[in-house]
Amino acid sequence: MSSSATGTSRCAACRNQRRRCPTDCIFSPHFPSTDPERFDAVHRIYGASKVAKMLEEIPPEMRGPAANALHFEAKCRIRDPVYGCVGIISTLNEEIRDTGTELAKLRARVAFLASGAQERQLGQDYTIVDDHWTEQQQIGNVVL
Amino acid sequence: MASSSSSSGGYSGSPCAACKFLRRKCLPDCIFGPYFPPEEPQKFANVHKIFGASNVSKLLNEVLPHQREDTVNSLAYEAETRIKDPVYGCVGAISVLQRQIMRLQKELDVTNADLVRYACREMPGIPMSGAGGHPSLMNAPYYGKGSGDLRPNPDIYYPRRYDRDGNYTGEQDGGDEE
Repeated sequence: MSSSATGTSRCAACRNQRRRCPTDCIFSPHFPSTDPERFDAVHRIYGASKVAKMLEEIPPEMRGPAANALHFEAKCRIRDPVYGCVGIISTLNEEIRDTGTELAKLRARVAFLASGAQERQLGQDYTIVDDHWTEQQQIGNVVL
Repeated sequence: MASSSSSSGGYSGSPCAACKFLRRKCLPDCIFGPYFPPEEPQKFANVHKIFGASNVSKLLNEVLPHQREDTVNSLAYEAETRIKDPVYGCVGAISVLQRQIMRLQKELDVTNADLVRYACREMPGIPMSGAGGHPSLMNAPYYGKGSGDLRPNPDIYYPRRYDRDGNYTGEQDGGDEE
């Protein structure tokens, strides 16, 4: 049952809505009939008219990424009805915090080791003889 | 008859933000009442623009009552993010955070390499690959027990990865903490 004016099959949205798929259907480039699950997900969370309105407010060249993002968010919400993709954002923020803490600890350890190495290097170069310092080794980059 | 119960808005007799927006009577058992107080009209306006009132009502009915507040807050966050970024919405925020994690992980790798270098200098007899339990290396990402092999240190936290469908794909490298 089928066709749009050009004889091609209806897009997933028009099939879902049981209507004719016009040639300028806003859904058809982004919700092909080969992937009905894609439209089912966005329809379940946002509804067809909201999706159409959102796509209409975006320049045509950006509608593809927008449809992908809407699909991703809809799937996240279906999988996690309470937090949706906001759960992923929370998890990522926690990881950033934990990784940042780990990095700070390691940098502190490296700084500690580096300062210890420098002190030992300086100790090898100079010994006190009476009241004078005597240079034992010539180290080009040692600065007093 | 509106009562002063929490189910009909924040104040006695005052309709909730949803019923005000929808221009309808706010009943005592209004599902939106506890979560869309009249003093936050923009919250419902945003959620309505992106999801629509009936979809929100459906979502709230699908979750347990004690989960509804978190559900509404996450919907409000998603709606606000999508209004600010109509193309990518929350997906844009996720991309930014994932790039940040990758950058931090690279810095972690560099710092770990520095740590191994300094620690091995302290014990000149030990080859780079086998630090044999030296305290400086206890938190290095690869920690061998003197046998010369490098094994991932399970105590290091590795960031998670999510694929295009929002599925967790495991850490980038090394052990799994859970």
